[in-house]
Amino acid sequence: MAVDMRLPTVIKAMSLSVSAADRKDMVVPGDVITSDTGFMRGHGTYVDEDKLTASVAGEVQRVDKLICVRPLKTRFNGEVGDVVVGRITEVQQKRWKVETNSRLDSVLLLSSVNLPGGELRRRSAEDELTMREYLQEGDLISAEVQSVFSDGALSLHTRSLKYGKLGQGVLVQLSPSLIKRQKTHFHNLPCGASIILGNNGFVWLYPTPGQQEEEAGGFYTSLEPVSLSDREVISRLRNCLLALAAHKVLLYDTSVLYCYESSLQHQNQNRLHWPTWCLQGNGLVLHARSVQTLKVNR
Amino acid sequence: MATVQVSEAEKVYILHGIRDDLRVDGRGCEDYRHMEVETDVVSNTDGSAKVTLGHTAVLVGIKAEIGKPRPLIPNEGYLEFFVDCSANATPEFEGRGGEELGTELSNILYKVFNNEHSLDLRSLCISPGEHCWVLYVDVLLLQCDGNLYDAISIAIKAALFNTKIPRVHISSDDEGGKEIELSDDPYDCMRVDVENVPCIVTLCKIGHRHVVDATLQEKACSVASLIISVTHKGVITCTRKVGRGSLDPESICEMTEAGRRVGKALHSPLMKLLQQEESLGKKRQKVGFLG
Repeated sequence: MAVDMRLPTVIKAMSLSVSAADRKDMVVPGDVITSDTGFMRGHGTYVDEDKLTASVAGEVQRVDKLICVRPLKTRFNGEVGDVVVGRITEVQQKRWKVETNSRLDSVLLLSSVNLPGGELRRRSAEDELTMREYLQEGDLISAEVQSVFSDGALSLHTRSLKYGKLGQGVLVQLSPSLIKRQKTHFHNLPCGASIILGNNGFVWLYPTPGQQEEEAGGFYTSLEPVSLSDREVISRLRNCLLALAAHKVLLYDTSVLYCYESSLQHQNQNRLHWPTWCLQGNGLVLHARSVQTLKVNR
Repeated sequence: MATVQVSEAEKVYILHGIRDDLRVDGRGCEDYRHMEVETDVVSNTDGSAKVTLGHTAVLVGIKAEIGKPRPLIPNEGYLEFFVDCSANATPEFEGRGGEELGTELSNILYKVFNNEHSLDLRSLCISPGEHCWVLYVDVLLLQCDGNLYDAISIAIKAALFNTKIPRVHISSDDEGGKEIELSDDPYDCMRVDVENVPCIVTLCKIGHRHVVDATLQEKACSVASLIISVTHKGVITCTRKVGRGSLDPESICEMTEAGRRVGKALHSPLMKLLQQEESLGKKRQKVGFLG
């Protein structure tokens, strides 16, 4: 049993060596972007006395004559094809309402899910009545955005064997702007756990499934106890994710893995210290390593 | 209290983890989250403290006023508690939503702190039957991530340690009445003896085991909790069971023993930290709220 009490310390701002060319144009609400009237205003801007002013805090993006400000901290704005992790909030007639950290609850239609057994048939009245047997309030799912309604609500689908109800694991809720867009968001990390980096900021950590038994569209959730070594890996990954998010590092499989490897130096003598180490951060080490790899990849 | 939704599979994961003494964030069943304590954060109070326990943040301010002692106990001062659950913590507390939780918390605080075993209330008396010090303790919940009682009790103990009550002289004026004079020197004050002030430990029953310092996810998996207040000598001053589930007597005994062990171990690091902070004196860099 351990108690870890400290006096609070001021978190010093890290100074990174970023060249002037790389430095992005950051604005805060009220900053004048340009006084030139020839530009079209996009999202995040407004015109105040013939001057284009920012209404959100973020970076300025210019595309020809269009200026918009992309905010740093925002609700999830889904695009078609995004992978999301969401929680069922309501069971309605022929659809489920899913919470995905966006402005409106997303919608998962009954016709957009795979039926158990993988059958392809017309949904009947019986299917409607047994909706709750498949997905209840509080369940977690991984899904893909199929389309966006006119009011901005997302329509999801789980029409692939890799999407569906999620089983045992840990959910970490972060900001959507920290998740890097990649080709695939499902990773089996070499340290022994698997991760789903949802574009909406919800990250799901789970033990790597053993052999793939006949998939039923992600319908069957195993309630077998997870082994202790897998649990340790998942706990360590969770703390790494929170540490990276606190230092505003972009999250993708490589950055999470680097953080995990650096954290292995702080072994189990005092388990309690992982979170505190994480929060006080090897932030500089991580930034340095990720900048290095980006330079290599170019 | 703010609630989160947890799926069945997540509950099973948490339960099995606690059974194996490895919680979701890597702690053991009797470990606390990272705690930060700072005193003297509010300048216009006589004593204040801010405690951050994981993501739970609590601010306590204490003001000492001269008042009339209670008629039945004329030679003791007393404490008045008020807990404000601000909407800052969670949208559920908006408007009057936080009132119920606030009254529940302040009732327990009265039971735990406002008695002669925790504080020497006689030292708060100025003249028996007429004047005494009343300490108004205001608790503000800034962020809510589980385990409110523990954080509040640590903050109250730190704030009481930080409280400086000005010294008074009683003199009789011309018409035979009593006149109270506060001393001119702002540093001439008396401190409250916080040695016997208890700390509250909340134990949640999850599955067949109990955990200390539960997060909101773990709270969603438990049906009953036990709140115990323990002094530095290991004496239990108050017990209360909360939650809609039931506890059988054996597990209550077990949880009480664990609570006593954990509570006893809370006091010495806290006192050491408070004394270390005080010894820094003027050199201390105040962090406050924007650190």
